[in-house]
Amino acid sequence: MAEQQIKGYQAGTFVIGNRLLDPEERSVQARMDRSNTLTSGHRACRGCGEALGARYALDAAMRASGGRMIAANATGCLEVFSTPFPESSWRLPWVHSLFGNAPAVAAGMAAAMKAKGREDVRVVGQAGDGGTVDIGFACLSGMFERNDDVLFICYDNQGYMNTGVQRSGATPPAARTANTKPVGAEPGNVFGQGKDVPAIAMAHGIPYVATATVAEPRDLEAKVERAMGMRGARYIHAFVPCPLGWGSASEDTILLARLAKETGLFPVFEAEHGEVTAVSPIRRRQPVTEYLQRQKRFAHLFAPTENSEVIERIQAGADRNIARFGLLAGAEGP
Amino acid sequence: MLEQLEGSQAVARTVAACRPEVISAYPISPQTHIVEALSDLVRTGDLDPCEYMMVESEFAAMSACIGASAAGARAYTATASQGLLYMAEALYNASGLGLPIVMTLANRAIGAPINIWNDHSDSMSQRDSGWIQLYAETNQEAADLHVQAFRLAEEISLPVMVCMDGFILTHAFERVDLPTQDAVDSFLPAYEPRQVLDPAEPVTIGAMVGPEAFTEVRYLMHAKQLQALDAIPAIASEFEDSFGRSSGGLLRGYRIDDAETVVVALGSVLGTIEDAVDELREQGVKAGALGIKCFRPWPLEDVRDALAGAQRVVVIEKAFAVGAGGIVGQNVRLALDGLGIRVHDVVAGLGGRPITKRSLRSLFEDVFADRLEPGVLHFLDLDREVVERELERIRSHARPGPHAENIVRELGIVAARPH
Repeated sequence: MAEQQIKGYQAGTFVIGNRLLDPEERSVQARMDRSNTLTSGHRACRGCGEALGARYALDAAMRASGGRMIAANATGCLEVFSTPFPESSWRLPWVHSLFGNAPAVAAGMAAAMKAKGREDVRVVGQAGDGGTVDIGFACLSGMFERNDDVLFICYDNQGYMNTGVQRSGATPPAARTANTKPVGAEPGNVFGQGKDVPAIAMAHGIPYVATATVAEPRDLEAKVERAMGMRGARYIHAFVPCPLGWGSASEDTILLARLAKETGLFPVFEAEHGEVTAVSPIRRRQPVTEYLQRQKRFAHLFAPTENSEVIERIQAGADRNIARFGLLAGAEGP
Repeated sequence: MLEQLEGSQAVARTVAACRPEVISAYPISPQTHIVEALSDLVRTGDLDPCEYMMVESEFAAMSACIGASAAGARAYTATASQGLLYMAEALYNASGLGLPIVMTLANRAIGAPINIWNDHSDSMSQRDSGWIQLYAETNQEAADLHVQAFRLAEEISLPVMVCMDGFILTHAFERVDLPTQDAVDSFLPAYEPRQVLDPAEPVTIGAMVGPEAFTEVRYLMHAKQLQALDAIPAIASEFEDSFGRSSGGLLRGYRIDDAETVVVALGSVLGTIEDAVDELREQGVKAGALGIKCFRPWPLEDVRDALAGAQRVVVIEKAFAVGAGGIVGQNVRLALDGLGIRVHDVVAGLGGRPITKRSLRSLFEDVFADRLEPGVLHFLDLDREVVERELERIRSHARPGPHAENIVRELGIVAARPH
């Protein structure tokens, strides 16, 4: 029998099964003692990327902090589906104040811990893309600039999903939302200049900035663990597909998150003090159409006729990311 | 200890004596001297342990106080005017969450037109935000009210706004008996939060509440404010026992017992009003004054009792509800419902216009001569000619231009005119 070459991934998933790993190397999610920080029973949609992302990130942060952690949450899906009072899915001390102030609330919590001599208690702030890149942006920038001891996590699902799928500053070009419908001369969201918040975070020179997707939980966990090992302002921008808002199949959440990375549309990297220190290379490069075609929000690009001009502009954006971050180093052919 | 010092310094040093653990503030005139002084005290280590957060906006200032307070720290901020409006969303959140944050409000007008001087438009705009509102008459009272405010806030778990007139008090040098550290320490116990973000006992704070319970939750906020109507005089009385002077409380009457005409007002203007009352008394007029020390909660019964013997009430207020009338006046009428007492609403001191004894004297002459129509909002020292000319300009010009600029152009350089 010919020797079979083992690739580091199973067909179509790229994920190494946990059972092949030494117990110490297994993901936090694979451990019996994970904290289930966002526990079951909440009201997120089937296939919600944000619920997954929050669970991965916070369980890793809880593990890193030895369970000594408190969280501030912005208004949004994550807040609404987790806390329909008197129910709560949070198994850590958690406060929700407003939509636009989670970074400032978290900064106040960190100041309180410092004043009380309880710096062993770590502070995490979290919001969706609306609460981070739009309405919470001033508070986020202030928190960065002061280098407050907060890990802030943005779960980016590229729109205001909680209010009925409206466009945010993180919505990609051409995407259909409730207020960027595929009507008129330029169907879908306009091609703006973009709002690259990870890059803006890096421009503040804060100790740590990273991007990650829910397709690679071990990578997300490792970045959270790394961030929790540092002090000062840290930022993780997690890409979390939204089946409801994107018009994608709920079982495709992980696939879409992976395709966002493998097409180059969402570069996955780490940076310290404003300099990129590591990138996650593309393993099998995919054309953006592979990603776009699986989402109804881009359906107008393919029917009734294919809008190749817009698709090429989107591809060009992915190509720019690939060149800028050197994402093809070590890529395998399809 | 008696000292001659600026009102802002008196407040800053008294706040420091209250041992706040987190101070978060954004600069806005006329609040700046207070937070500058506190920043100094944190930097030098005189106020330790305390974190001073230099935030990027008033919205962030209040939000950081919310986070700090929820995490169990005694939190303080100060603002004024536009800054209070910019934190409006967070004000409602702080009171809704029952967080005992204390804030100094250096009362200032709200634009447009932009105006940095004193009136009460800012605090009155947030009268229904769920914050307790106390008004200082003097710098001594401003200082004392902060000690009482922390005690009150933490006792009933609601945020408290100490309102002091911008510039008139904040920048005035007066003799103040500063509360000593020992005295404050024995009056104000360490903050014991009702609920706190503590890893040892995880709680969810700020969850969503639907129609099934929202009314009850809001009712409890109202009930807590009404509880404060008992707590405020009790704390003021205990303060008097400890510090040997009377400050705060709900109301303060001046020569009110047999008064037929009572002037109602808030804040620093009470001093001028009391002088005017003395003059009226010398002329044999039975006049008195009623200072509102606590506007929220509204001490309805106390106001009713205090004014029940009067024949006529003149409310002088430094803000008004545009298109409706007086704000304090409406509340006074509510308290006097059914008593048949005539209430005059007079707006005065807007945007820093001085309320002089001479103006008050002519106001009282109008009142006694029945020249002041009740139920109509009156504007003290309103320049009717200027207003009429501007109204005429609107009628006769298709594009009359901005009112503020037109009127200022007409008046010329104000500093060159005799006051």
